[in-house]
Amino acid sequence: MALNRDFVGRTYASSAPYEVSRVKIREFAAAIGDANPIYRDKEAARAAGHPDVVAPPTFPIVFSLQGGSEALVDPDLGLNIAMVVHGEQRFEYTRPVHAGDELVTRSTITDIRSAGRNELMTIRSEVTTVSGEPVCTTYNTIVERGGAA
Amino acid sequence: MTATVSYDEVEVGQEIPAAEYRVRRVNLVMYAGASGDFNPIHWNERFAKAVGLPDVIAHGMYTMAQGGRFVTDWAGDPAAVVDYGVRFSSMVVVPDDDEGATITVSGVVEEKLDDKRVVVGLTARADDAKVLSRARAVVQLA
Repeated sequence: MALNRDFVGRTYASSAPYEVSRVKIREFAAAIGDANPIYRDKEAARAAGHPDVVAPPTFPIVFSLQGGSEALVDPDLGLNIAMVVHGEQRFEYTRPVHAGDELVTRSTITDIRSAGRNELMTIRSEVTTVSGEPVCTTYNTIVERGGAA
Repeated sequence: MTATVSYDEVEVGQEIPAAEYRVRRVNLVMYAGASGDFNPIHWNERFAKAVGLPDVIAHGMYTMAQGGRFVTDWAGDPAAVVDYGVRFSSMVVVPDDDEGATITVSGVVEEKLDDKRVVVGLTARADDAKVLSRARAVVQLA
């Protein structure tokens, strides 16, 4: 089923600030198999000039889709979640994410289009601190396999 | 926040030697837990096959993370990666055995930008299929 184009331009805010913790960064680094001490050891991170342990470049995937996921399960969108695979992803940083950050996300559906038999939807998420400092922008494109057929 | 690679010593066309990253089912289970992405196509073979996939496939983000690891290891500081984007061009099928799958990542310096930044183009393959395309990172060098 084709996705509902009326969703393009809709914006969703994260429900609550996301607190970036050392424990979560360590867990994420372990999951991707990365032993870099700057992800795991506060002293190593400080020695490298960071205020605390740094999050890996792809870490914001953990929290940046909070708002957008609300759209994905909205029956009016017409998305069959079981057929979804990831199409594209990008993280554009103003500054690194590190432990201690309290981040909020505003996600906007920027595009819905067909490509062959598939439906593609792109969500842009602006990640800022709770005080409004820009941190990063993420771009997420999902593919609904067979959605346009 | 200091990369260990010097901008002045890097040339366009310079290759970054390939690295191999093994992915087994357990890695996908760990990644599901750490990322919060519990889509069963990444851990449930029965479900994956029922929706037309050949077997369990890795999270695209797991593969992207290996590309990120490749670049941050090269740069010497994870915070040096200021922009990183990929397209997922093929699936990484992860069989239920001790070998799993292998993702091979290599890179090349494609462009030198202002402010000591460079564009690194990445290639990631698994089973001879290109699993990432248009994969590029902008890296802040020293």
